[in-house]
Amino acid sequence: MNIELLGLQARHPSAAANAPAALQGISLQLSAGEQVAIIGPSGAGKTSLLQVLACAQKPTSGELRLGGQSPWRLSSHELRLLRGRLFLAPQVPPLPPRQRVVTSVLAGRLPGMSLVASLRSLFYPIDIPAAYEALNHFDLSDKLFDRVDRLSGGERQRVGLARALLSPASLWLIDEPLSALDPMRARIAMTALVKLARERQITMVATLHQVDMALTHFDRIIGLHQGQMVFDLPSAQVTRERLANLYEQQGQEQANEFGLDASNAEPEQNPVVPAPVVMHCR
Amino acid sequence: MSATHLPQANLPLAGKLRDPDFSSRIFWLTFALLLLWPLGVATEFRPWVLWEPENRKVSRDFLAIFWPLVYDAEFMRMVVRETWRTVAMATAGVTLALMLAIPMCLMATRVLSLSALSGRMDRWPAVLRWCVRATLIVLRSIPELVWALVFVRVVGLGPTAGVLAIALTYGGMLGKVYAEILESGESHATHTLMRNGSGRLQAFVYALLPSHAAELASYTVYRWECAIRSSVVLGFVGAGGLGQQLDNSMKMFNGGEVATLLLIFILLVALADSVSAWLRRALS
Repeated sequence: MNIELLGLQARHPSAAANAPAALQGISLQLSAGEQVAIIGPSGAGKTSLLQVLACAQKPTSGELRLGGQSPWRLSSHELRLLRGRLFLAPQVPPLPPRQRVVTSVLAGRLPGMSLVASLRSLFYPIDIPAAYEALNHFDLSDKLFDRVDRLSGGERQRVGLARALLSPASLWLIDEPLSALDPMRARIAMTALVKLARERQITMVATLHQVDMALTHFDRIIGLHQGQMVFDLPSAQVTRERLANLYEQQGQEQANEFGLDASNAEPEQNPVVPAPVVMHCR
Repeated sequence: MSATHLPQANLPLAGKLRDPDFSSRIFWLTFALLLLWPLGVATEFRPWVLWEPENRKVSRDFLAIFWPLVYDAEFMRMVVRETWRTVAMATAGVTLALMLAIPMCLMATRVLSLSALSGRMDRWPAVLRWCVRATLIVLRSIPELVWALVFVRVVGLGPTAGVLAIALTYGGMLGKVYAEILESGESHATHTLMRNGSGRLQAFVYALLPSHAAELASYTVYRWECAIRSSVVLGFVGAGGLGQQLDNSMKMFNGGEVATLLLIFILLVALADSVSAWLRRALS
């Protein structure tokens, strides 16, 4: 799915009226099958950008086109079909604690399944081999029939990522996929995601805090700072100075950073009622 | 009470270290007490009259006739039959109530609204949701006793009237509380599924229900227990079951029978309690 953004502005629905917009005039083009990493300090608007791309948050102005369609001009039925073609993996894995891993992973298939089929799959999982294979990519296949609340934080995050592999989507929007993973697992997970996206010609947008990971796995890097695009370059051209610049600006504005953080850096929650982020560690 | 004992002179922060909410807390506490006073007057709340000598004698005489318990074979056979009927009445009533409550709570809960995913709910879904909420209010605000009096006239004396009365009132209660349980908890998993293109019912069975199953189940069992207790009251207006027997024994001043029947009730409620505890353990 190709993506087109033109002068896009967005603000968080619960942000204070005088707070600066979370995204300010972002213009961006991604062709189908392209993969880009978004980097930038906390509160730069990385998650907001993913939310807008996932049609979870309506832009206040500017143009958004996904696969040539303007999502906010579609009927609700067409919008649902479009949502079935994209996959948003939030940073906090969206897994009900009492569910089994196999069910959680197979939930990725839901957009393409009828209600009857999805009920039957609760009774007996519809495609256990596919769930096993998806988990295998993240070195987690032995947890297939475990309950989600028996998993560690990192394991849950990988279950959330494995769900992407089963979804019928042609656009993956992945928010901080590595935040709970150790360096070795992070490398395995990133490699699997990039390789599979490339094989299946899936467009992938991932936000990352690990700059080295972004540089090694992605060909194109976008730097965000305070809701504005600082650079959009092939990874070879992302120099040390640019990075230092991107993250250093934050140091000078540390004082108002907290205020901005509260309004711009809302994590991937429901934009209407931002609930506190819970890690489900029960 | 507050930070007054702090050495304020050598602590420039003393003003900041006081709990800023203290005075408003005191205010609301006083306000609540003042508000309670007229309520007490209106309800003639004078518990000490229970301890006046003549009232104590009345209570003592009433309790004295409870002994000895009646447990002859014929009476016990009747008790077992009526107990079974009471449990059946409560169970059938709650089952019918579930059939009302589940579809209505799915329509009433905001978490499962696709249009509310990004901004406000669309107008027609919001109107439908409001209508469902209003229906639930009507259903549960009419006491089951009134429904039972109506149904006793329609379907005649017997447990059917009780079952229907329980079904209507409890359908209203269950629907409202289910909708609230579903809205109160974590909706992250549900919303993520719907954002990725799942349908509402799919999101319900794959995310919302597993997140709230224990709470929903234990509330349902509690309501079943309530239904057993309210079937007693319904028995007094002719809806059958243990309540009707209790009414008969009371009218005949047969304290022993009343006491036995009350003991059976206590056992039933204790049973419901342990079922609920077991369910909670099994589901969490």
